[in-house]
Amino acid sequence: MKIYVPLDSAAKALGADEVADAIASEAAARGLDVQTIRNGTRGMIWLEPLVELEQDGVRIGYGPVSAEDVPALLDGKLASLGPVEDIPFLAKQTRLTFARVGVIDPLDLADYQAHGGLTGLRRAIAMTGAEIIKEVTESGLRGRGGAGFPTGIKWNTVLGADADQKYIICNADEGDSGTFADRMVMEGDPFCLIEGMAIAGLGVGATKGYVYLRSEYPDAIAVMQEAVRRARKAGVLGADVLGSGKAFDMEIRVGAGAYVCGEETSLLNSLEGKRGIVRAKPPLPALEGFLGKPTVVNNVLSLATVPVIFEKGAAHYAGFGLGRSKGTMPIQIAGNVKFGWLFETAFGMPLGELVNDVAGGSVSGRPVKAVQVGGPLGAYLSPDQFDTPFGYEEFDKAGGLIGHAGVVIFDETADMLKMARFAMEFCAVESCGKCTPCRIGAVRGVETIDRIAEGDASAIPLLTDLCETMKDGSLCALGGFTPFPVMSALERFPGDFACHKEAAE
Amino acid sequence: MPAPTPAPSTEEIREIVAGQLHLEGPLLPIFHALQETYAHVPEVALPVIADALNITRAEVHGVMSFYHDFREVPSGRHVVKICRAEACQAVGADALAARTLEKLGTQWHGTTANGAVTIEPVYCLGLCACGPAAMVGNKVVGRVDDAKMAKLLAEVGA
Repeated sequence: MKIYVPLDSAAKALGADEVADAIASEAAARGLDVQTIRNGTRGMIWLEPLVELEQDGVRIGYGPVSAEDVPALLDGKLASLGPVEDIPFLAKQTRLTFARVGVIDPLDLADYQAHGGLTGLRRAIAMTGAEIIKEVTESGLRGRGGAGFPTGIKWNTVLGADADQKYIICNADEGDSGTFADRMVMEGDPFCLIEGMAIAGLGVGATKGYVYLRSEYPDAIAVMQEAVRRARKAGVLGADVLGSGKAFDMEIRVGAGAYVCGEETSLLNSLEGKRGIVRAKPPLPALEGFLGKPTVVNNVLSLATVPVIFEKGAAHYAGFGLGRSKGTMPIQIAGNVKFGWLFETAFGMPLGELVNDVAGGSVSGRPVKAVQVGGPLGAYLSPDQFDTPFGYEEFDKAGGLIGHAGVVIFDETADMLKMARFAMEFCAVESCGKCTPCRIGAVRGVETIDRIAEGDASAIPLLTDLCETMKDGSLCALGGFTPFPVMSALERFPGDFACHKEAAE
Repeated sequence: MPAPTPAPSTEEIREIVAGQLHLEGPLLPIFHALQETYAHVPEVALPVIADALNITRAEVHGVMSFYHDFREVPSGRHVVKICRAEACQAVGADALAARTLEKLGTQWHGTTANGAVTIEPVYCLGLCACGPAAMVGNKVVGRVDDAKMAKLLAEVGA
C-alpha cells in the first residue's frame, strides 16, 4: 500500500510528522506492507495534513487527518475526499509552476523525470545562449519577486556582459507576510528550481549559482541541500551538466534574519559576507553583481517557472494571462480566511472573487474589512476596490501592488491605525540604515501615528508629508514602499484614525 | 539547540572558521557554524575571524550586529519564535504573544529565569495560511492558541 503524507512545513506545523509516525507504528503492529512517501503539499492548507492512499493507481485524499485517525484510515473507515485530483479546489487551477508540487516525492529524481522534469533542461542544452534567452523573452515571464521586471531582458544583459565568471543567484529570502509559494516549491519540487537555475546558467554563460535561503525556513533548507547533493551525484549539476560538456554547480546559503536582504543588492552584499546594506544602482547587478561579476538575480518562482517554459514552449506559457501580465501566478491566500491556500491561476481574476470565492471569506465569519496584497510593503485595499483585476498594471492603477502575490485578509476587528503603525515599526526594525528617510523616517512615523492615536489630528498632514519624503528619498522598496500600507490605511479607513482616545500600546 | 558549553577555546574556533574558508563570501557561514556550536557567536571569535579573512575586527562586529540571527550571549536551552507578521496578526497573533510574554514574565528577546527558553519575534515563517505560527527550535507549529502554546512551553521546560 502506498500512502502519501506531506513533508511541507505547513503540513508539519499541523501535525503531518505525527501522522506519518502513527502510520508507521500502526502498520508495523498490523504487519501491513506500507510504503510512505513524503510529498510536498497540494497547497490546500485547511485540509492539511492531507493524506493520500493510492488505490488502483488513483490517489484518494483524506484530510485533515490527525494521528488518532490513523487506525480508522487503515481500516478504510475514515471519510474520504475522493480522488485528490477531482477536488474542485485543485481542479479549477492552472498549475504550470506548481504542476508537480504535492504530486511527486520531492527528492526522487526518477519521479521528477517521470513527470516531465529535465525535459526543459535537455532542450536548452541543444540551444545557444541567445536562443535560450529568446525563448524566455517570448514567454513574457516577468520577475515573480515583486517588481515584475521582464526576465528575458535581465538575462540578455548578463549574456552580453563580458567576464571570466558569471553567477546565477536565486533570491529565496521570501520575507513577505502572506507569501509561502517559494517555500512550497523548495520543499515540494526542489529539482525544478535547480533545473531552472541550470537553464539560466547555460543561457547567460554562468557556471556557478547560489540560493540565498532565509533562515526562517529550516525545512526548505534541508530539502534543498539534499536535492543539490542528489542532483550533483546524478550529473544534473557539476562540470558536465547531463553530458552537455557545459558546467553548472550551485550552493545553498542561509540568510540571517534580515528582511531587507530580500532586496537584490542587499542580498548580494550579504552573500559576500557584508552588512546587508542596499547598493545604489547603477551599476546593475546584471553587470556588476556578486563579487563585482555579471549576475542574474531572480526570485524562486521566476526560476522554477523556466523549466515548464522550455518543456512546453514559450507560446504555451504566453497563452495564459492578461495584457502584459503573461502566464500564471501562484496566488497565496492567507490571514483571516476560511480557505488558506496556494491557488495558481492565470492573471486577471478580480480581487473580490479571490476574497469571496477562492478564500471563502473570513474564518471568523465576520465581514472582510481590508485586504493587504503584496506583503508588508503592499497597500491595504478596501472592499470597494474588489473589482480590480489581478495584474501588475491593474493593481498599480488602483494604488497598490501585487508583489509576490500574497493576499492577506482581515476581518472587521482589524484596527487599521494599528496596522499602519506596525508597517512603520517593521520598517524601523528592518531598515538597513543607508537612507535617512527610511532609517529615521520610520521611527518618526511610529511616533507620529502614536500622536494621531492620542487624538492629535494635526499629526495627520505631518504623516502624509513624511510618507512623501520616504517614498521619494529611499533607494529601495523598504523605505520607498512602506508608505503604501500606511497611506492606504489612512486614506481608505479614515474612521480608524479619528477619535482615538487611548494611546497605542 | 546545544546547551551553552564552557568557554570556547581559540583553537576550536580557529578550526570552525577554517572549515568555511573555501567558500566565496565565507563570513555568514562562519557565524552560522559558530552559533550552531556555541548557541551564540563568542566575542573571542571576532579577532580570530578578522585575522582569517584579513579584515578589521570592527568590520566583523559590524557584519555580525547587522543580522538579527546572531547572538552575543547564549540563548536559553530552547528558542521559541512567535510570528508577528500581518497574516498572523489577522488571526490574533498579537494577543497570543502578549499573553505568552506575560505568562513567562519576560520581554521579546528575553530568557526565562530558569534559562529554559528564549522568546524571539519572527517576521513570517511562511505559515500564513495556518496562523498564528510559532517555531520551537527548528520545529514549526501552526494554529497556535493558548492551550497549544502552554503545551509547547511545558515540553521545553519553561
